Amino acid sequence: MATAAPTSMATLRATRAGLLLRLYIAGNAPNSLRAIANVKAICDEHFATRHELEIVDLLDHPGRALADGIIVTPTLLKLLPLPVQRLIGNLSDRRQVLVTLGST
Amino acid sequence: MKTPARHAPVTKMLTGIQGFDEITDGGLPRERTTLVMGGPGCGKTVFALQALVNGARQEHEAGLFVAFEESTNQIIANAATFGWDLPALAKKKLFLLDARLSPEIVKAGEFDLIGVLTLLQAKAEEIHAKRIVFDGIDVLLGLLEDPVAERREIYRIRDWLSQMGLTGILTLKAGPIDIEQRYGFLQFMVDCVVILRHQVVDGSAFRNLRVMKYRGSGFSGDEFPITLTAEGLRLTNRGPTDLQYEVTDERISSGLPRLDNMLGGGYYRGSNVLISGAPGTAKSTLSGLFAAAACQRGERTLYVSFDEGPAQIVRNLRSVGIRLAPHLKSGLLTMYSTRTRGPNVEDQFGELRAKVRGYSPRCLVMDPLSALSTKMAHLASADAAQQFLDFLKKEGVTVVNTSLMDGLTTDEATATGISTIADTWIHVSYVVQDGERNRALTIVKSRGTGHSNQVRELTLSSDGVTLTDVFVAQGKVLMGVARWEWEQEERAAKKRSQVATDLKRLQLRLAQAEAAARLQVVQTEMEARSAEILVLALATGSASKLRVTDRAVLRKMRHADEEVRVAKRTGAKGAAPANGDGGAH
Repeated sequence: MATAAPTSMATLRATRAGLLLRLYIAGNAPNSLRAIANVKAICDEHFATRHELEIVDLLDHPGRALADGIIVTPTLLKLLPLPVQRLIGNLSDRRQVLVTLGST
Repeated sequence: MKTPARHAPVTKMLTGIQGFDEITDGGLPRERTTLVMGGPGCGKTVFALQALVNGARQEHEAGLFVAFEESTNQIIANAATFGWDLPALAKKKLFLLDARLSPEIVKAGEFDLIGVLTLLQAKAEEIHAKRIVFDGIDVLLGLLEDPVAERREIYRIRDWLSQMGLTGILTLKAGPIDIEQRYGFLQFMVDCVVILRHQVVDGSAFRNLRVMKYRGSGFSGDEFPITLTAEGLRLTNRGPTDLQYEVTDERISSGLPRLDNMLGGGYYRGSNVLISGAPGTAKSTLSGLFAAAACQRGERTLYVSFDEGPAQIVRNLRSVGIRLAPHLKSGLLTMYSTRTRGPNVEDQFGELRAKVRGYSPRCLVMDPLSALSTKMAHLASADAAQQFLDFLKKEGVTVVNTSLMDGLTTDEATATGISTIADTWIHVSYVVQDGERNRALTIVKSRGTGHSNQVRELTLSSDGVTLTDVFVAQGKVLMGVARWEWEQEERAAKKRSQVATDLKRLQLRLAQAEAAARLQVVQTEMEARSAEILVLALATGSASKLRVTDRAVLRKMRHADEEVRVAKRTGAKGAAPANGDGGAH
């Protein structure tokens, strides 16, 4: 599982792919685990190979929460395509996630 | 639902909020969670922030402030109005976190606060924080949209605080109905609940604070008035206040020598004097006299008026010979006029307190205090007045208050309750008599000093203010022209009586002279009688002697006894007219 900061390589790949996501989680808290499962499922189903997903565990990197302004977990950032969008929650509301990520 | 066992006795954390630490006997429960609830504008954020700032400043305890509703810039700006320099504190003692969730954020399922708690944990460890505020958790709870999730997150915060050894304050914006229904469950989850309430009475806002719950500690469950002062939030404690202050025997002049005499030397320094009376009974004049006298002694004086502007007061007092203008110019006297702004006088007393602190006067006039006290029916206002007067007493300021008492509640009715606080109470009333209205001054009470129980007439003229004895005649108190007439009458009567006395004295002297003369006559008469007696005595004494001598001579010449017989015979015949006594043996 990639927990490091996004590399320029990832950005490049995502640019090509069209979707760059970053998910902030808190260890194995139920909502966090569910969010990981949900985001992976959605990406596999709707974005196939055209996406790049980075997962940041705040328990390992507490500094990232402050730096990136993360208040609640889980938080999903859609970094690309612009505009940047922010989703909170375990992403069980699949319809809402798809609308925000612009699957259509 | 789990409830961790808590056996350790509650230790407390001082908030430094005036009054609050007293009613809770030491502040908030340490390492526990306190919930502060109330409607918008009640002072929840101020309460929480003040506890943090005071903690940092006074207890050297670092703190974290998590803002869910306002931006950190807004909070810094708001704090600056209370003189709290958050950016300065933020270097070491305070960390402000902007935890607002942007309105564009999309919610897609359940979430939790582990992220922010992780962040805060790192920060708390970094600055060694002891206190933390979650300001506006209603915003967060609103997003959770699920009572179960709400409970879960509140528990999460509570347990996290406990693990971290942090004392937490959660503020939650909610109206009275929501507090009871929507957020009723919260009250069972935390250790201490403080309810702030905003209430509008006669168009004026009142803020109140009530401790609803305090696990493991006694507390006063009453509702207490709170004020937002220039230094922050202050709670008015009706409980026993500290009545310790210096007292002095020093007397200072009321500005009216006869009144000073009535009071046994003037007002006590640091006492508070109430002058009550109907409109126009010269209350302001007496206040002005006091102020002028204070300035003449070289004492800084503050003259607060709630119904007239300074220029008007100066002009009016000049008409009775009291000159304040020079003292204003010299800076010894400061005049401050303001209108009362509705029934909530707490703020106004706060303002006055700041003025007194800033100017440090030795003497203060508040004219009229009743302008503040008309709505003193509200307990908070009376409290505020009392607190202010206590404050002045501690500062050693001598204060003269005037209070309007109209015809209905006249005389010695305590319309305001201030009268019980006053050390000296002077009442001026009107006496209407013989088509005149005159002012009668009495001292209702004066603590710690003997005082005259007599009524005096107060007269005003361009020459000044005077107190005059009143006359009681035929069971009536005489004033004004009646008194003058009485005085004239008395003067005439005195004259009459003087003349009568003189006359009597003369008459007596005459009688005395007569008696003396009579005595002279009698004495002379006595002497004359004595002389007469002597004369008589002399006369009778020589005659008998002659006879005896003569007889002896005769017997000698006759040498015989017969002569005796002869003589007896002649004696028996009664021929001898006188002295046929035994003198002839």
